Amino acid sequence: MVGIVIVSHSWKVAEGIYDLAMQMASENEHIIAAGGMEDGSIGTDAMKIQEAIENADTGDGVAVLADLGSGIMSAEMAIEMLESDIDVRIADAPILEGAISAAVTSTSGASLDEVIEAAEEARTASKLS
Amino acid sequence: MASKIYECIEKIGNRIIEEKEFLTELDREIGDADHGINMARGFSEVLAILPKDSDNIGELLKKTGMTLLSKVGGASGPLYGTAYMQAGKVCAGKTSLTPEDGKAIFEAVIAGIQKRGKAVKGEKTMLDAIIPASEAYSAAIDGGASLPDALDAMCKAAEEGVEFTKTIIATKGRASYLGERSIGHQDPGATSATYTLECIRDFVKGM
Repeated sequence: MVGIVIVSHSWKVAEGIYDLAMQMASENEHIIAAGGMEDGSIGTDAMKIQEAIENADTGDGVAVLADLGSGIMSAEMAIEMLESDIDVRIADAPILEGAISAAVTSTSGASLDEVIEAAEEARTASKLS
Repeated sequence: MASKIYECIEKIGNRIIEEKEFLTELDREIGDADHGINMARGFSEVLAILPKDSDNIGELLKKTGMTLLSKVGGASGPLYGTAYMQAGKVCAGKTSLTPEDGKAIFEAVIAGIQKRGKAVKGEKTMLDAIIPASEAYSAAIDGGASLPDALDAMCKAAEEGVEFTKTIIATKGRASYLGERSIGHQDPGATSATYTLECIRDFVKGM
């Protein structure tokens, strides 16, 4: 099953998105929230993200959903620092909607490409029509 | 006894920590008001964990980068983390540096920051201080200037770069949400980068 890592500057945001995603994907044990700094303050921590990616991977790859600017930068650094060979991709998607789409798609047994595609479709989905 | 490379990083760290409020204030105007706090937190940790007696320049720079990466939190974490780690690669195994090494460090640092931040000069970022500083330093060294003169030229260009950031719109990072309202404010990252270069200059001149 494709793992999912949720990266936000705020641990509350990451945990909150995790909770929402888990409502739709309760049997998925490979979704991990990696928000905030070690001491709970606002920020992103590449080491924490790296660890989350390693823990989320089952061999099928990992999709990363991130929030603003340095969330992406820290995720990219985390991927470069990985010591094992894990297929990881960052979804170009809004973090909340993208994470939920990714979680549902991953739980259905889809491939990493399909999970990323589902997350990225969330970018253009209209909420009002 | 503390090694010279430790003393240099300590000088930078102390300056960043001293300027914590000012850097944060600059970031409050156009960003998320955390630059000084984040950088000070990162450097406090760096100064606490760095081995004082090691003269392995590459190793200390790499450790500095890894620590900033993990402790800073905002965009400056991956950006300064990358900068120090790239500098560490250039200095791998070295216990002393030449003026030419300085050019190679600049090149690696700039390439690393550009790749990480996907930014170019003129976007109101730290690169607006670092790139002109690098150009001025390299031109001075290539033109046969003394190292102290080259370092002075480097800092002058960086300071002018900070002034330049007041005149332009931010298109990268949190400040880009402000658009034209970012004009008139100097970039916090360019400012902290300039402090870093000033500390290196003062340290080398005092050796």
